[in-house]
Amino acid sequence: MKFKSLIITLFVSSIFLSTIICIWKIMATLQGLSFTNLNFNLNMLLALGLTIICILIGKKINHIFKILILSLLFTIIYKLLNESSPLWFTTGIFFLFLFFTNKLKKFDLKYLSQDFISEKIIFDFLSLFAIVFFALVILFPFYIMFVTSFKTQTALLINPLDLSIDFSKNIFEIFKSYFVIFKTYDFGRYILTSSYVSIGTVLITLLFAIPAAYAVARLNFFGKTFLSTSILIIYMFPAIVLVIPLYTVFSQLGLRNSIEGLLIVYTATTLPVAIYMLQGYFKSIPKEIEEAGLIDGQNWFGIIIKIIIPLSLPAIASVSLYVFMIAWNEFLFSLMFLDNPKTFTLSRAINHLTGDAETPRQYLMAGSVVVTLPILLIFVYFEKYLVSGLTAGSVKG
Amino acid sequence: MSTTLSKIEKKTAYTLLLPAVFLVFAIVLFPIFANIWISFKEVELKDIRIPEPRAKKIVKTISENNFELKIIYKLRNSSLIQDISKVKFSDKLPKNVKPVNLDKRCEFKSQKIKCLFGTWKAGYRENFEIFVKDINNNNINKKNLKSYKPDLSGESDNILLTTNFTLKNFKKVFFNNNFFELLMTTFYFTFFGTLGAILLGIFAAQLVNQKFYGRSFMRSILLFPYVGPVVALAYTWTLLLDPNSGTLNSLLVNFNIIDKPINLLGQKYLIINILGFELKLRLALTTVIFFEIWRYFPLAFLFILARLQAIPKDLYEAADVDGAGPFRKFFSITLPQITAILSILFMIRFIWNFNKFEDIFLLTGGASGTLTLPISVYQQGFAISNIGMGSAVSIVIVLLLITFMLIYFKLIGKKANEI
Repeated sequence: MKFKSLIITLFVSSIFLSTIICIWKIMATLQGLSFTNLNFNLNMLLALGLTIICILIGKKINHIFKILILSLLFTIIYKLLNESSPLWFTTGIFFLFLFFTNKLKKFDLKYLSQDFISEKIIFDFLSLFAIVFFALVILFPFYIMFVTSFKTQTALLINPLDLSIDFSKNIFEIFKSYFVIFKTYDFGRYILTSSYVSIGTVLITLLFAIPAAYAVARLNFFGKTFLSTSILIIYMFPAIVLVIPLYTVFSQLGLRNSIEGLLIVYTATTLPVAIYMLQGYFKSIPKEIEEAGLIDGQNWFGIIIKIIIPLSLPAIASVSLYVFMIAWNEFLFSLMFLDNPKTFTLSRAINHLTGDAETPRQYLMAGSVVVTLPILLIFVYFEKYLVSGLTAGSVKG
Repeated sequence: MSTTLSKIEKKTAYTLLLPAVFLVFAIVLFPIFANIWISFKEVELKDIRIPEPRAKKIVKTISENNFELKIIYKLRNSSLIQDISKVKFSDKLPKNVKPVNLDKRCEFKSQKIKCLFGTWKAGYRENFEIFVKDINNNNINKKNLKSYKPDLSGESDNILLTTNFTLKNFKKVFFNNNFFELLMTTFYFTFFGTLGAILLGIFAAQLVNQKFYGRSFMRSILLFPYVGPVVALAYTWTLLLDPNSGTLNSLLVNFNIIDKPINLLGQKYLIINILGFELKLRLALTTVIFFEIWRYFPLAFLFILARLQAIPKDLYEAADVDGAGPFRKFFSITLPQITAILSILFMIRFIWNFNKFEDIFLLTGGASGTLTLPISVYQQGFAISNIGMGSAVSIVIVLLLITFMLIYFKLIGKKANEI
């Protein structure tokens, strides 16, 4: 039993260590270091050695002392066995060893003889793997997007792996892509259009959805169940099946290339989910509060304005943020309805940039950063509200 | 008393609902039905522009003084395909100015020239001339004369409103050789995209449901791919996977993992040799599916995490007492607790992935074997400009969607309300 768990620990932990060393190496390669070999096997042996020593020492000496000494020792061995590398890279390796030995804190021969310990160890390391995996897989494209916007086309063609930002240049040179897209490609206007469209969609949607949701949640009328089920069904129909008829009708009415046309379409497509989310929340408000309002002589309008809205601000915030996100990110309708650069939204503008194969990629990425950053900041800041909106609306996507 | 109250209630309800319902009907429900109408017609993109009678006004001097002037109206039918009938024309003249030898089709009344031109054939053009004269032999102000804009109107058949129907579009859709492939591609994309997103979602939810340092940070990050705009993310991926100087290919070549770059988004098949068997992998489609999974697993993750957090803790404590390991706990407690939500999630995500347009459109544009039904709508309707065909494909999508929804409501509709 003890032997089996020992083997598993050694195996799993050293795979983990050599994997993160590989990832560190890849990230360093992207900063312009010219590694051509990942040395996975060598690192694996090194990691095996480290784990064995760690487990054998166990808790016999002070923990901090132990991890410092071991990390330093193995960093030196690593440095001797591998190709030469700058100091910052080696420091990174040292911290990786430090992190790893710290993770092995509990591990000694006694710990390894517990019940189910091998399963637990595998599970622990799987979690660690998962954290590294998800962080890497998700953040890597964002990282590429961000750093590419600071490079130049020629530098990228010469060495596509060197994504380091040259800080020796002046500010204007570093942020050149951003100056260019705002000056030559008129991105300032597109930001305004996008904000106008998104905020407008939020306001109109709320204006229409709050009364409707209130009616669905509280009032009795003929066809109520039919309406509330059809809300969800309508929501399931995708934009792509609406696009041809809307295109023809909008062309004939002259609504193409107009912000108003976009506002109408965005509002209509987000209304069902807004009503659905709001009515759920309205139902949770105790009826007695409204009845008190009725006795005070309020009409329905007064009740909605003075009682329902103040009580359901969190839900309204969720809906607003969700609708804002959908409108800001929307692409299909803006592609179909806008072909005059004067009315472009940000998404449409970026798509327009790619239409010209000559457009250097750093401009494209700078544009992408400009459209992505606001929505990510809003998301991080209002995460609580947006997450509840997303969960409710996650039937769509 | 109570009947009047309920009447008032009904009336209020309808007033409150009317704007929202009207808007949704006009923009969502109407197009779905309009698709049926259009799909039975032979309409092209150029047909939907309504033909207009147009006139361009030019004022010319004909003698040394400006007592008399010539006005030329360049008349034309804006459409090259359709006729306009009952074309009416009117224009105003300044005070004291009168037309001389007016055309038979026109009459002059209270300073206005009114003409009836009858029918203009498709592509019709005419230079229509009028001579005008000041009655007091004063100079005519040219600018003033020019400032009046002629007013034209006419009637034309709107091709969309005629009642000529044809089955051509549907014949083309169904009996096209590629229809089966189109359907299969759509199903591959939908099925594997959904499955992958849910599997990854389970992993992520299981991970975030544990306690570890930086857990809330992890939770925010996991939602980034979904929150970010699809345009930006798709182009970033295109750059990342680019065969010439994309980061991924350069890395793989640099570390000698592959010999030469692979065009992940532009190559239809990848032939793999396993034990002498040749396997053909749909490469571009697989890449697109991976993007799809990457972008939409956050939704599955959110849903599953919410459910995981609702599982009573004592179930796990009991398992601890029984001496169950973490894997046993996952398969015997967690998985049975989330199967209901997984089935709902699968159906909903299936329907939505089935409709996905932007992701594939931005990554490959439907090339290299990634043509799905929604992309086909766009290609038929806008790339080939055959609106009728596009609508016919839309109808196919709607019919399949309705089938999926019926299955969904039959299987798990009732359960969905409980969760």
